[in-house]
Formats: sequence, C-alpha cells, structure tokens
Amino acid sequence: MSELVRLEGIDKHFPGVHALRAVGFDLRPGEVHALMGENGAGKSTLMKVLSGVYQPDGGRILIDGAEVSLPTPKAARDLGIGIIHQELALMRDLTAAQNIWIGREPRLSFGRIDEARLNAEAEAIFATMRLGIDPRAPVAGLSIALQQMVEIAKALSFRSRVLIMDEPTAALNDAEIAELFTIVRRLRAEGVGIIYISHKMDEIKRVADRVTVMRDGATVGTVEAADTPISRIISMMVGRELTEEKAAIPDLAAAPAALEVSHLSRGADLRDIGFTLRKGEILGFAGLMGAGRTELARAIFGAEPADTGEIRVHGRPVTIRTPRDAVRAGIGYLSEDRKQYGLALGLDVRANIAMASLPRYADRIGRIDEGALARVARDYIRTLGIRTPDDTREVRLLSGGNQQKVVIAKWLLRDCDILIFDEPTRGIDVGAKAEIYRLLNELAGLGKAIIVISSELPEVLRLAHRIAVMCEGRLTGILPGGASQEEIMELATEGMAA
Amino acid sequence: MSATGTAQSGTTTARAARRSGAQRKLLAFASLILLVAGFSIASPNFFQLSNIMAILQAASVNGVLAVGVTLIIITGGIDLSIGTLMTFCAVMTGVVLTWGGMPLPLGIAAALATGACCGLVSGTLVAKAKIPPFIATLGMMLILKGLSLIVTGTKPIYFNDTPSFTLIAQGSLIGAVVPAFPVPNGVLVLFVVAAAVAWILGRTVLGRYTFALGSNEEAARLSGVNTDGWKIAIYALAGGIVGIGGLLIASRLNSAQPALGLGYELEAIAAVVIGGTSLSGGRGTVLGTLIGALIMAVLTNGLRVMSVAPEWQTVVTGIIIIVAVYGDQLRRGAAR
Repeated sequence: MSELVRLEGIDKHFPGVHALRAVGFDLRPGEVHALMGENGAGKSTLMKVLSGVYQPDGGRILIDGAEVSLPTPKAARDLGIGIIHQELALMRDLTAAQNIWIGREPRLSFGRIDEARLNAEAEAIFATMRLGIDPRAPVAGLSIALQQMVEIAKALSFRSRVLIMDEPTAALNDAEIAELFTIVRRLRAEGVGIIYISHKMDEIKRVADRVTVMRDGATVGTVEAADTPISRIISMMVGRELTEEKAAIPDLAAAPAALEVSHLSRGADLRDIGFTLRKGEILGFAGLMGAGRTELARAIFGAEPADTGEIRVHGRPVTIRTPRDAVRAGIGYLSEDRKQYGLALGLDVRANIAMASLPRYADRIGRIDEGALARVARDYIRTLGIRTPDDTREVRLLSGGNQQKVVIAKWLLRDCDILIFDEPTRGIDVGAKAEIYRLLNELAGLGKAIIVISSELPEVLRLAHRIAVMCEGRLTGILPGGASQEEIMELATEGMAA
Repeated sequence: MSATGTAQSGTTTARAARRSGAQRKLLAFASLILLVAGFSIASPNFFQLSNIMAILQAASVNGVLAVGVTLIIITGGIDLSIGTLMTFCAVMTGVVLTWGGMPLPLGIAAALATGACCGLVSGTLVAKAKIPPFIATLGMMLILKGLSLIVTGTKPIYFNDTPSFTLIAQGSLIGAVVPAFPVPNGVLVLFVVAAAVAWILGRTVLGRYTFALGSNEEAARLSGVNTDGWKIAIYALAGGIVGIGGLLIASRLNSAQPALGLGYELEAIAAVVIGGTSLSGGRGTVLGTLIGALIMAVLTNGLRVMSVAPEWQTVVTGIIIIVAVYGDQLRRGAAR
C-alpha cells in the first residue's frame, strides 16, 4: 500500500537535548496510527516537525512518496497536514464560525466579510460531523467538549488528508468520546490518515489500527493494535512491565468521619448532596461530564459556595464561603486544571509549595524565613519524589506528574487532611500515573481523607475504597470499591432516559 | 545600589529568573553606562559632579513614583493616578503646614496618609468592585486632579512659613558628613525607598504575594490566600510611596502646584518598562526600575547639555522606550 506520509531518520537537537534520534514513522491513507509514549518521549516534537513548526536537523519527509520540505506551518497545511492541538487554540470571544475561518474569511467587495457564507460553510461542516453547534455562538459559551469539536471542524475545513490529533479526548466524557470516534472512523473511511496521540489505552484499542511507541526521542517499535496486549504497549513505553494491581481495601467502618456533607445544594448544579468521608478513605466520584462532580468539589472548597447545606469537618460544623475558610478547616483542592488553578507557573518549586502556608514561615513584620522554607521544600521534593534539579526551578519547566506532586506538597505542608483530587492524572503519562496512584494510597494509609474525581473509570475502580456516582447534580448512589463498570454506568445515567 | 542588589538576590523571582533577569538588568545597566559614556565624550560639561548630582536629583521624584508603581505592575495591574496623586499629597501637606500652621512631621504624615488612603480606594475598586485597574485608576487620576484644584482654589500653596521643608529634597545629610560628596536628600530618599521596596518584594509575605498575584491570581486564591486583601494592601503601599514622591516635588518647588502632575504617571511607567518589568505581571525588579529612571534622567539631562531642543528630547525618550522593550522581546524570543 502506498504511504501518505513517511518520515525517515528524523533528527532534532535542542540546546542540551537530543530530542529526536533518527526517528522513522509512516502513515497510510485510511488508517488511524496511534503515537504513544511518556511525556518528553518526543511525540510532540515529531509532530511539530511534521506540521512545519520545527525544522529537523537531519532526515527526510516524504508525502505521497515525494520528498518535501516544510519550512512553515502554512507549507504543511497546504500539503494537507492538519493538526489539532491539545491546548485549545480558539479565540473565546469570536463565534464558532469566525474561529473556523479565521485568517481566510470569505470576502465581499471593499474587504467586507461575507458573514452569511462564513456561517453557512461552518454549518455545513458541523452537519457532516452531525453536530448541532450554532456557528454564530461565541466559543466562550460552548463547553470544552464542543470547543474541541470546533477545533476539529476547523482542521477539517482545510480538507486535510493527514490529521494529527494530540490528546483529543482529554476533556471529553464517554458519550462525547464515542461521538468523536464516529467522526474519526468516518474520516478514516474517506481515506484520511490520522495520527492519534493519547495516553488512554482503552481508546487506542478502540480506534487505532497501528501503534508506534516512542521513548527518549527514538521509536521503540510499531505494532498492530488488534493483536498487541495493552501490557505489551505499556512496557514498550516505560521500558518495564507495570503491575495494574489495586491496593487492598482497608476496613474503615470504625474510622472516624473526616468530612460529612449533608443536603448540599446550589442552583441546578448540585441537588441535595449528602455523604460521609472517613479518615484514611479514598472516596471515588464517578459520573459523566456535567454530572456536577467538579461543581461539588468547588462548593465544598468554597470556590463557588453552596446555597444551602451543612458541612462538618471532624464532627464540627464549619461555614465555608471562600477557599480561605476551607483551607483553614484543613481541606485542600487539587484542580483538574493545575496550570490555571493550582500553580503559579512562573514561580519556583519552593514558592509554590509555600503558597498556602506562607504566614507560618514569616515573622511578625512579614519577613519570610527562606532557610526554613528551603528545608521543607527539599523534604517534600525527596519524600514525594519530585523530579527537579532543586527547589528553585520554575514549575513550568516540570513535567505534568511532577507539577501535580508540587500541588500535593503545597497541601501537605498546610496540614490539610482532607484532599480533593479533581482528575488527578489528567495529562500525566503512564509511568507517572502509577506513581501518583501509589502516593494517593500512601496518603490514605497515613490517615488523610481523600476524594478522587475521575472521568476514567479504570482509575476510579483502581483507587477508590468506595465509589460515589453522580448524575445531573444528584448523588445517585455509593457503591463498594469492588463494583463493576456496569453498576457504575447504571447509576451515572439513572433517570436520564426518562 | 548595593543595598537593593543584596535584597533582590534572595527573592524567588530573582532566583527563578536568575539568568534571564540578570541578563536583562545587565543590558539595562550597560545601556545606562553607554549613555553616560557617550554624553561624557560628546560634552565636557556632562560628566561633572554638579551635573551628576543634578541628574540624580531629577531622577528622584520619577524614581520614587516608578518604584511605587512597580509593585502594582508586578501584580498585573496598572496605576494611572500616581501623577495627580503625587500632587494631591503635596497639596494636603500644604494644607496642614501652611494653612494649618502645624509642625513638619504632621505635614509629612499628611502626605503619606493621603497617598495610602487614595491607594486604598484604588485597590478596593480594583479588588472588590472588580473594576479593571486601568479604568479605576483613570477615574482616580481625574478625581485627584480635580480635587487638587478645588482644595487650593487653583492657586499654589507655598511653604515659606516652614523653612526646613525645602531640606527634605534639597538639603544634604551626606554632604554634612562628607563635604566632597553633596548628595541631595531627595536622592537619598529615592535609594532608601528603593532598598525598602526591594526588601519587601524579596523577603516578605507581601512581596511574595505580589508576585503570586501577577503570576496566577486564581491559583493564589485557591491556595487560601486573601487575594483581595493583599491587593488592596499593595495599592495602599504604592500610594504611600507616591506620597513620598509628593513630598519630594513639593520640597523642590517649595510649593504645592495644583496644576502639576498629569504626565508623571506615564514617565514613571516608562521607567518601569525600560527596567524590564513585565506589564503582564509576575515579573519585575526594583533595581531594574531604578536603572530605568536613571536612564530617562540621563537622557533628558544629556540632550539638554548638548543643547538639543526639548521637543526632540521627548521624541528620543519615546524611541528609547520602544527600543528597550523591543530589545527585551528579541532577547526573550532568543531564550525560547
């Protein structure tokens, strides 16, 4: 079969880093080729070479068998290579249609934009995707999932023959993922070659034809997705076999309650929620996107306080109107969006770890004891295994898993014994995921009370001692840790059909 | 200078951005040296002790205002009211000293308190009422300009009844000890204020939160930091520093000139920007601002010594601002 894209011996150096070492890769028309590897393995760099963002130091790029050079992203796009970035690159205040056609708006005379055509053509693309997005709707008002769909529509509008998707499902729920895959399969049937980057193994199994694994800037190998077990792919990625075992569920019936929530409500988002979290327990929260799990976390934490309801911490009722109240009560919140809500990326590891505890390390006139802070920061770097040269490294330079550990250290330093993790492993690679899981189990073992909100059912099943399931703002049930996916999905969609 | 240098070296930002920050400051400092060297060669009158003192004296008011607004700019905000606030503080000092006949310390306290209170108002508008800093302080700028004119009846207030008042900026404590080196008090005040603010930024909770607010305000809030309260405190502190600027200008002119003030805010912001502080917040140093203020003063003075027309001096200042920021962009692009 003729190849759509062929990369041969691609080499790329950055100052101090050999990012790509003679990488080979090929893509056939009408296939979904998954590209996998831990963060820093070189996937994104390779894709930036293919989309004209980076120039390789060595090697050849062939499109339809002919060698090409891709000096600019535009050159790549003109050859039919489209890319959907992991971080959405939409202009929030423009409409969906304006975003799709930005930079190449259909014109009328005197430089006027043909808004009617713009909207009609956007609508046509949405129609082929079977999406009911209003092209005139400002992007800011769309859910993250729909924004993602707009990105895909934009890539399709270039009539791309090669579509690079970088973790397209990171912000999507199961129903939306299924929708996305329908679109992916249709594009495949039309002969489009799709390079699919993802950390999620089950997705690879569902959608990919072949899998290429990268590690440390080189390709480890390419395998057929259908006849390769997941454990084999993971071991190719991390260079070792991972144990997928769940830690034993402790018997916590006698453990004291750390957090008791009753009759918590806020508008249509949260309706009469009540549950008890015990010391040493990991309570998983499952549900579809929009079920109200993040809203619940933000209400408990005071980021968007509840209208009514009672919260008790260690048996004592507390009033939580602001995050400050929650932190004082010993509650820490680890947002799904670490970069936006958890970290000051431009500040260093030490300052971020200290962020919630500064007054404790300051004297009467507010002078900070940097020496003491440096000591505790180094302590946490060691005990949590944060991989950083030292505590004065800017956190933006750390990998996702290590950034997450910095946020964990921040709350541990503040003596928070109730920790709410919202999507604790989003954007974190497989090897680091296992480490975060182990860390969560250790924290629970130390008596911390932990809530884990996750859209990945395997993650909830692996971590949680009990599983609370939400649907449309209601808590529809709490299952034991050994529950099956079917039981959870039943509760997660309870009453939705009616 | 050395005092600000040591205080800065321990800060998170200085540490975090040690290399790029040092490079940038080196660049600014090199430009300053180059300017001084250039003017010295071009005109024999430039590198004279008296002229150097005149440059420092000229930099003192703008420098103090710039150091104050550096705090606000690091939070990601802006303060357009500092020019007219400076004048309003000077006016209030005149009211207390000349009209009220009260002793000098009360006059000084009046300037500081007026500055801090107005900063408190600006800060509250920004933090609590969520008015964008540009708009809130634009409003304050006009309000304070009007108030200065109303209180004084548009006429200057002179400090002839308080002879020691002019010593605040024009006397020389250092000259009294080392006669060969008559550094005016205004310059001394600038360096003390700069050292103090550098210390606050580098060593205190207030300073750390200033950077945190500019770097990621929401993350700070979700860490349990009282972001609104700290922001108000920072605006109030900056206002108090502007009050010091008001004292300096009133002392130099031996009067509170109610029509003065507009335009000073932009000169101060220009000094901050030349000094390499990012207008998008999260990054900046007092030392950089100080160098920025000196560059502007050297430029104005040097061009005047070379008999360049004042209107051309303004043009050159504008070009310098653009070149300084463009150079910074290039350097950052290269770093990336």
